[in-house]
Amino acid sequence: METVYLVGVDGSNCSSRAVEYVTERALENNGKVLVAHVIEWSPFTFSTPEENEQRHKRREEELERAREQVVGPVVAALQEAGVAAEGMVSHGHVAQTLNRLARKHEVTSIVIGRKGVSRLAQIFGSVASQVVQTVDRPVTVVP
Amino acid sequence: MHRIRLPRLAAFLIAPLLLSANAQAQQSLDEKINQAVQPAADWVTGIIFSTIPLGSIDVPFVLVWLVLAATIFTFYFKFINIRAFRHGFQLVRGDYSDPNAAGEVTHFQALSTALSGTVGLGNIAGVAVAVSLGGPGATFWMILAGLLGMSSKFAECTLGVKYRNENPDGTVSGGPMYYLAKGLAEKGPGFAVVGKVLAVMFAVFCIGGAFGGGNMFQANQSFSQLVNVTGGEASWLADKGWLFGLVVASLVGLVIIGGIRGIARVTSKIVPFMGIVYVIAGLIIIFANISAVPEAFSAIISGAFSPEGVAGGFVGVLIVGFQRAAFSNEAGVGSAAIAHSAVQTNRPVTEGFVALYEPFVDTVVVCTITALVIIITGSLDPSVDGVQLTSNAFESAISWFPWVLTLAVVLFAFSTMISWSYYGLKSWTFLFGESKAADITFKLLFLVFVILGSSMQLGAVIGFSDAMIFAMAFPNLLGVYLLLPVVKRELDEYWADLKAGRLKKAEEYGDPEPAE
Repeated sequence: METVYLVGVDGSNCSSRAVEYVTERALENNGKVLVAHVIEWSPFTFSTPEENEQRHKRREEELERAREQVVGPVVAALQEAGVAAEGMVSHGHVAQTLNRLARKHEVTSIVIGRKGVSRLAQIFGSVASQVVQTVDRPVTVVP
Repeated sequence: MHRIRLPRLAAFLIAPLLLSANAQAQQSLDEKINQAVQPAADWVTGIIFSTIPLGSIDVPFVLVWLVLAATIFTFYFKFINIRAFRHGFQLVRGDYSDPNAAGEVTHFQALSTALSGTVGLGNIAGVAVAVSLGGPGATFWMILAGLLGMSSKFAECTLGVKYRNENPDGTVSGGPMYYLAKGLAEKGPGFAVVGKVLAVMFAVFCIGGAFGGGNMFQANQSFSQLVNVTGGEASWLADKGWLFGLVVASLVGLVIIGGIRGIARVTSKIVPFMGIVYVIAGLIIIFANISAVPEAFSAIISGAFSPEGVAGGFVGVLIVGFQRAAFSNEAGVGSAAIAHSAVQTNRPVTEGFVALYEPFVDTVVVCTITALVIIITGSLDPSVDGVQLTSNAFESAISWFPWVLTLAVVLFAFSTMISWSYYGLKSWTFLFGESKAADITFKLLFLVFVILGSSMQLGAVIGFSDAMIFAMAFPNLLGVYLLLPVVKRELDEYWADLKAGRLKKAEEYGDPEPAE
């Protein structure tokens, strides 16, 4: 069976370390990489009528920007390195959405980066720790 | 309490404003303006609130119009307010939302946006007026009117989504002006003309309502509560309405002109929070006096059917209750249809189900809590009116609560203003076209009215502009009647799909297509 990695990216330094790591793994195993970016969003927030009117347009813009600036370059770099890669952008709760995408695409394992060690994150839980606790398959957290 | 007549609704609405006596210094200027606009205002108010005699009392026609429509819709849609209640909740919870549409406006967001435009002074001040005029029994009729109003909202919000405009730039706008114009045009060329006329009428009234009930009334009432809580007439603020107006106008301006989303975002988060604080405080008082609750309910029931000492007896109480409910939840007015129409759905009727919750939360839950608190704490005092009565009731149980209530009143007023500035702007651009100039003209006018509303005691002007809100119900409901078969068709198709299990649940949708 083909090895499929799902790497979560957000354009930050830590996510580029995760990308480096997944590139090496994918080259070793001749695996495929799905590059996912999740735009933090909740269906239960409060908004003004004007924001609602603009919402559809903004969503398109957000998706477009994420594709071009966050996911696109990573996919291009992976392909250049000789790895089969595919990008995806979605709105939602980061951990839950990564889990959903992982299930849907029958991903072998998930790779994410982690921001430095912060006390706040230890108390409230970082995105990385949420992913570790939510997801139903192996996760690699790249520090 | 013994010789209350119900000649004109305006009298109720203006009474608290006149009583608040906060602008003696400006009286002469106020009087001049009042005198200038009085005849015209009286004429319009007189028409909109014209009464029809029913037994010993006069009933405002607009009230009959609103309640009759709500009742007819309830029967026409076979008690949709009850049978779709559970499904509406499932929709709000997102059980049927397509995960691929994550990031679009959800049912929850559309509902909460609409709610923050309606929950406000009507729930706090309006209920107090109802209970002080009609006794505890008014609560019963208020709840009944709230339940019936759910059917009106169902119909208008379904139409709002069905005939909304999805603009080429990706923005979405909808509301009665669109369904009146587009919906009726579908029925034939004759109807198209009628639809245009109704749509223009609606837009004109809506602009009036946005300047008046959705703006001046809010500014004025929140200022008078602020004065009351800081010491009444002796308050440092008492003659500084203009200052309050200036501050509020600047904040509103930052949001609607400056596009400072931060403020809007903060308000849109604090307002629901304040609503919850208000409900919890009410529940705490109710539970602390739980032994008084059965008595309160029996007072409500007996007062509803055989009131003592209320003018007009049975009919009098009924009218008072219906009136406050209609004014609080705006069912049939059409404003909510504007707020609901941006939702992401391909079945318009789903937003109708969700909209059922608006009168329910607004009137059946929040208004009832206010009424119970007033009754239970024994604060019912005919000489005290409006916000002050509610404030006293809460104060008798929680001494510092008037401060929280003041904050709530000011914030509710602020969010209502933001909502109405949007409703007004949509109507304005419907009439004058979308342009930067039209946009900014409306917004600047809106701010001027904020300052006017809080610094002046223009009873006539406020009564007039409040009348405009209810005037919206005439073109709106007339159009809804004509479009009932459209709603019915949408409803029947959807309901059949729902019963047959043909509707996809959230987990049954496929995943988004890859971006590349």
